[in-house]
Amino acid sequence: MTTRSFGSGIRRREDPRLITGKAPYTDDIKLPGMVHAAILRSPHAHANIKSIDTSAAASQPGVVAVYTGADTDGVLAGMPCAWLIPGSDLKTPEHPAIAKDRVRYVGDAVAVVVAGTRYEAEDALEHIEVEYETLGVVINPKAAAQPGAAQLHDDVENNIAFTWAVAGGDADAAFAAADVTVSDTITLPRLIANPMEPRSAVASYMAAMGELTLWSTSQNPHIARFLTSVVTGVPEHKIRVIAPEVGGGFGSKIPYYPDEAITAFCAMKLGVPVKWTETRSENYLATTQGRDHVEEVEMAATSDGTITGLRTTVYAGMGAYLSTAAPGVPTILHGLMYSGAYNIPNISGTIYGVFNNGTPVDAYRGAGRPEATTLIERLVDLTAAALDMDPAEFRRKNLIPKFENGHDVATGIIYDSGDYELTLNTCLANADYEGLRAAQAAARAEGRLVGIGMATWVEICGLGPSQVAGAVGFQGGLWESAIVRFHPTGKVNVMVGSSPHGQGEETTFAQIVSEELGVPVEDVEIIHGDTDNTPMGWGTYGSRTTVVSGGAIAFASRKIKEKSKELAAHLLEAAVEDIEYDDGRFFVRGSDDQAKTIQDIALMANVAWSMPEGMEPGLEASAFYDPPNFTYPFGTHLAVVEVNAETGHIDLQNYWAVDDCGVQINPMIVEGQVHGGVVQGVGPALWEGVVYDDNGQPLTGTMQDYALPRADLLPDINVASTTTPSPHHPLGLKGVGEAGTIAATPTVYNAVMDALRPLGVNRVDMPLTPEKVWRAINDAKNGG
Amino acid sequence: MSVPVEITINGRVFSGEVEPRQLLVHFIRENAGLTGTKVGCDTSQCGTCTVQLDGAIAKSCTVLAVQASGSTVNTIEGLSDGVDLHPLQEAFWNKHGLQCGFCTPGMIMASEELLRNNPSPSREEIRHALEGNICRCTGYQNIVSAVEEAAGAMGGS
Ligand code: FES
Ligand code: FES
Repeated sequence: MTTRSFGSGIRRREDPRLITGKAPYTDDIKLPGMVHAAILRSPHAHANIKSIDTSAAASQPGVVAVYTGADTDGVLAGMPCAWLIPGSDLKTPEHPAIAKDRVRYVGDAVAVVVAGTRYEAEDALEHIEVEYETLGVVINPKAAAQPGAAQLHDDVENNIAFTWAVAGGDADAAFAAADVTVSDTITLPRLIANPMEPRSAVASYMAAMGELTLWSTSQNPHIARFLTSVVTGVPEHKIRVIAPEVGGGFGSKIPYYPDEAITAFCAMKLGVPVKWTETRSENYLATTQGRDHVEEVEMAATSDGTITGLRTTVYAGMGAYLSTAAPGVPTILHGLMYSGAYNIPNISGTIYGVFNNGTPVDAYRGAGRPEATTLIERLVDLTAAALDMDPAEFRRKNLIPKFENGHDVATGIIYDSGDYELTLNTCLANADYEGLRAAQAAARAEGRLVGIGMATWVEICGLGPSQVAGAVGFQGGLWESAIVRFHPTGKVNVMVGSSPHGQGEETTFAQIVSEELGVPVEDVEIIHGDTDNTPMGWGTYGSRTTVVSGGAIAFASRKIKEKSKELAAHLLEAAVEDIEYDDGRFFVRGSDDQAKTIQDIALMANVAWSMPEGMEPGLEASAFYDPPNFTYPFGTHLAVVEVNAETGHIDLQNYWAVDDCGVQINPMIVEGQVHGGVVQGVGPALWEGVVYDDNGQPLTGTMQDYALPRADLLPDINVASTTTPSPHHPLGLKGVGEAGTIAATPTVYNAVMDALRPLGVNRVDMPLTPEKVWRAINDAKNGG
Repeated sequence: MSVPVEITINGRVFSGEVEPRQLLVHFIRENAGLTGTKVGCDTSQCGTCTVQLDGAIAKSCTVLAVQASGSTVNTIEGLSDGVDLHPLQEAFWNKHGLQCGFCTPGMIMASEELLRNNPSPSREEIRHALEGNICRCTGYQNIVSAVEEAAGAMGGS
């Protein structure tokens, strides 16, 4: 008998090594003879490289080698873009790992020094002489797309990497017939993901065998192996990628980076192991960023409060080059979600992916969906205001009614299941919405600026059917696989291809096996993160790991159950049809004492002394799970803020979240994901955003200048949930990793705008820093 | 030029020749091989390098190894043998006070000092005490709950 744990918040199995400081992260790895690389980065946002002189650097103490882009000619292929969205005239200009004749953002790699210590390598960087000829710079994504703007790539006219459109119904007709239309321009700031662990890589090459081992802070080691092979030319089966403990990623550790290719290149050239670890300031230049949208958006409605149409024109900054998954983020993961949680019959959107002289932009927690949810939820509030309706009531009127198995939206996708109104009602009840509005009215009467904001959201995740991945240009599959292996003692190893890095799947996966096969959770160990001892998998991002790998584990476990039943029948000398299973025991129907435990079966299968005719020895199964559809988690969040009219300072006072991620394996972990996600979503509403000056120099280049959420700035978050299983998933899971981040930005933004509404202010660019808010208040007071 | 240093870390004496500019955090990680202490930034903002230096918390990226010579340093590895956990470690585990774990050693070391100085802190006080330690995963809430629980377990309330 096991103690059933599926559905309960048991504490995490991975924690003991983390709370004692014993878990090795990439930068903790030390190999014999290892040397250290440091990368020289462009100080200019756009310049031609006239010449590079590395001779002085090469003679500095401890220096082993200095390489420039020229040294990589014919050795390293260009950095691949792996999401080639169709129907968009996508341009993928060359992106060399080390820039050769031109740099396009502050942080572009220009040369690498390898030395005995990191201090020596960094010292020597200062002795590399580079002559630059600076070129025109463009930062704002809309400005970059205009004729006459500085051009980043000679063959990309107006810097437009792609133009992608989404349409359903007849939006123009809906706007022509509307009683009310509202419009807005929303700026989603460029964001830095900021996993607390900076990126790092250690490469070791054994020339005699042609084998490359790469330790990497990757969210997806199998993709890293695939792309390392593409870029270095080392065959895939000769490459081993290990993602040891990884200290958060939030999307920024999905891409395959120049730095990893450079580290591998150095190790292959020198025949000794090479380590490269970025500094935090380097992370702010060279690690992919998120968002960077300028969104021109409008909504149409009828006077009875029915939304009839949505139109958008979006300029999505791509940075200087197309990073690994970049084109898919503002298109597939964004435009297809334009219906949100509502019935919006007529939708049209045009998205321009635009090169600008900044760090490349790629997936960051939520990836495309926060940008969609923010524009929808802002328009919903503006439309409700235009109709003089309460925003909660307006939402309720337009929400898609409860559905259990499939709902088509105008963008052409099919949501799996939803009960949006339930989360809205639950959230309003938890927050005592009427009480809050009454308190707000009282506060307003005293002249205080109190605001209430909400968002009702739905996201696409659990990525996803591989056939759809192919159809939308993703250069890979999106299935996952798992091997469940029973040892003779009944203990279990599970090998998975995905690679959790903080999300707790060593625990939730063990809970799945425990639930399916009745073994204690402690008897299950999950192995991940090493391409040499795990099956293929496409990685951990997009709230997909628990869903997709979890499906594979469930199916592998069920295969084991079937085999165990047959073996039990054989050992008990009964017919298979007469064997029943309950909680780790196989017994003959009607005679409960005639039984074999799963542990008995594991032993007998492993020794294989007596197997049924034709049955293979061992108790192990693998399964590949390719989801039949995406999953669509949803929820409602609500926040209360007070704005200080004198200082523009915003006090986030209360926050309620009601999320539905389908069936929950471990509610404690789900809550933790919501807490962390919400705080990451509050960040860009109030504090976070990259600022470049006109020359493309980042003014937010260190943690001192980029304002991250800190413990003392936040209230406790009130978390609740509802459970609407996904109809197509074997365990009913939907995923929760990005939920909070998607919901929180519009929730808090709407709350602040609600606070400022009596002054007639209805737009301020995010992040809502005190200075911007103060200016908006003052302009409004002065009749501006 | 190298200078000799001798630092007692978790009760063990580590001596070596270091460059005068070498940071204490690098001495702890490289010379003593204690990699539980992390480097999360280069502007003394993040707190992942937090250790206790002669009993008071310090960001070990802001101290030179030579400055710490003759001092006593405690790191996460010194808090317990890994079998009998410190109440703070136990509480971080119970309350899901960590996700990726990268901020955790620094968080626990900072919390340990807080509880020595204030055995029964309010949630507000815990949040203030930890404002120098950034966590990007947890949203802080469960860290605050963990410190609260540890305070109770250690005799505060
Ligand atoms: S490493 Fe960030 S404060 Fe020391
Ligand atoms: S647990 Fe990941 S940074 Fe705190």
